[in-house]
Amino acid sequence: MTVIETESLTKRYPRVTALDRLSVGIEPGVTGLVGANGAGKSTLIKILLGLSPATEGTAAVLGLDVATEGPRIRSLVGYMPEHDCLPPDVSATEFVVHMARMSGLPPTSARERTADTLRHVGLYEERYRPIGGYSTGMKQRVKLAQALVHDPKLVLLDEPTNGLDPVGRDEMLALIRRVHSDFGISVLVTSHLLGELERTSDQIVVIDGGKLLRASSTRDFTQATASLAVEVTDTDDHPDGTRAALEAFTAAGLTAHADGHLLLVDIADESTYDTVRDAVAALGLGLIRMEQRRHRIAEIFKSKQDQEGGSRDAA
Amino acid sequence: MPPERTAAVAVNAPADNSRIHDIGYRHYDGVRLDRSYIRRSLFTQSLRGAYGLGRSAKSKVLPMILLAVMCLPAGIIDAVAIYTHMTKLPLEYTRYALYLQAVIGLYLAAQAPQSVSRDLRFKTVPLYFSRPMERIDYVIAKFGAMAAALFMLIGTPLVILYVGALLAKLDFATQTAGFGKGLLAAALMSLLFGGIGLVLAALTPRRGFGVAAVIAVFTISYGAVTSVQAVAFHQGAQTAIGWLGLFSPVTLIDGLQTWWLGAHSDFVGGYGPSNAVAGLFYLLVVLGLIAGSFALLMRRYRKVGLG
Repeated sequence: MTVIETESLTKRYPRVTALDRLSVGIEPGVTGLVGANGAGKSTLIKILLGLSPATEGTAAVLGLDVATEGPRIRSLVGYMPEHDCLPPDVSATEFVVHMARMSGLPPTSARERTADTLRHVGLYEERYRPIGGYSTGMKQRVKLAQALVHDPKLVLLDEPTNGLDPVGRDEMLALIRRVHSDFGISVLVTSHLLGELERTSDQIVVIDGGKLLRASSTRDFTQATASLAVEVTDTDDHPDGTRAALEAFTAAGLTAHADGHLLLVDIADESTYDTVRDAVAALGLGLIRMEQRRHRIAEIFKSKQDQEGGSRDAA
Repeated sequence: MPPERTAAVAVNAPADNSRIHDIGYRHYDGVRLDRSYIRRSLFTQSLRGAYGLGRSAKSKVLPMILLAVMCLPAGIIDAVAIYTHMTKLPLEYTRYALYLQAVIGLYLAAQAPQSVSRDLRFKTVPLYFSRPMERIDYVIAKFGAMAAALFMLIGTPLVILYVGALLAKLDFATQTAGFGKGLLAAALMSLLFGGIGLVLAALTPRRGFGVAAVIAVFTISYGAVTSVQAVAFHQGAQTAIGWLGLFSPVTLIDGLQTWWLGAHSDFVGGYGPSNAVAGLFYLLVVLGLIAGSFALLMRRYRKVGLG
């Protein structure tokens, strides 16, 4: 079953085409929607919530047509906007209770769900204080809580890590991971940064200029290019241990290249580890590091863009 | 074996604590109520907010003081009527709100921006529209709440007057009829003022501008209309006085209740709308303005919708 399905989805504004024949199917789980600012991410979210009609094409959320079943979709979906949306003079509890009622929860349930949800996103005693005094990280948690309070089947999170410091970013990403793994709620999370979504998402959808650039599972993105990072010591026999090891690896039939003090060896199969170990041991070098490393998705796109750029230049 | 027991206790204690944290995520399988419930909830929240209820202590001060100021003269009139054995109240029910129009204007200027500017300024509006409610639900709830808040402000002193009049043993039928007319005029006034106030306040996310805009529109239009009416009076153009009243919210209500409810006009020289056509025109303009402000609010929120 797909959570979101679009077919030739097009949105044209008088001056600009925000989405251009976008066809994509999104499975349950955490999906990263990546694109530069202005790539059409927010437009897509608006259409998925049934708030903006598509110019052409169709879209369905949880099997419901966005053109005709907007209100039903919005009762089953949570939305966390990119921008600030919190009044500073009320407490997180008051605010989230109100938003729960705005989703149709009766007063008692709204209060219970609010207490639960705020605890799950990691807001404790501070939830009784006015939001104005919160840190950015806490505000982001309140925004997430209001999207989760009515127990949706799917949440749309628009740039949830915006404005957070690295630690806050990691905490938010871990929380997003939990929304799916612990709460069983599918997530569509947007970002203009490829790198940060790869650890969090099961699938990545990349759009650019309203067009689909690529959609596949994160595993596909990263596994194909798994490599082994090897670092060795220098010895008297081999003053430049790295170079010696590189030559030995190549001689042993491995594909490897040096990156400063690191040697990156492509993993052909299980025997690669043994070959590396034996080659290093034969040279009498000390093995400082041998770790599996995934290519960052960003690197793939970078190399892809370089290739495209190169071929364009050539043409 | 004492050591084991202590160990068991030590293990138990954190287990008890952690149990609170370890309640996993629970899904909600209770009822999800429909749009009418959501609309009602937003209406109630906005109405309470218009008197500072459910908000900080500071925000209760102004609306409560203004409500007290509205009610105080009614109480005094009652006391005087009862102790001096009056045969009728010194003023009509319909006239009361006109005398205290400055208080009503001040209340509207403070509370209309409070109701809509906050959602605009803090960009909370998209959160409403990402939920099952539609734009019209939001506008109905906000419009209704503002009008209801004004009706309470204008209607409460009328109730005090009415109760006082009955305690003073004034004629029941006359008083009830006057009270009924007063409430009807108060309802129209609440809808008209509420609509205009909200449209002005929703134009800007800045609360201060909203307050200034409401005060300016109400006082400037009233001042302009009454001074031009005075000029018309001195030139003997009595028909013009009636028509001029169409151009400010306060005089609109004044003219309408003069023609329709037989109230005494506050217009200079006491001239109301000159004939039935003019009177009907007043009614149409009032209803048109109420509907128009509703339509303008709908338009306004189509723009701010999401993102």
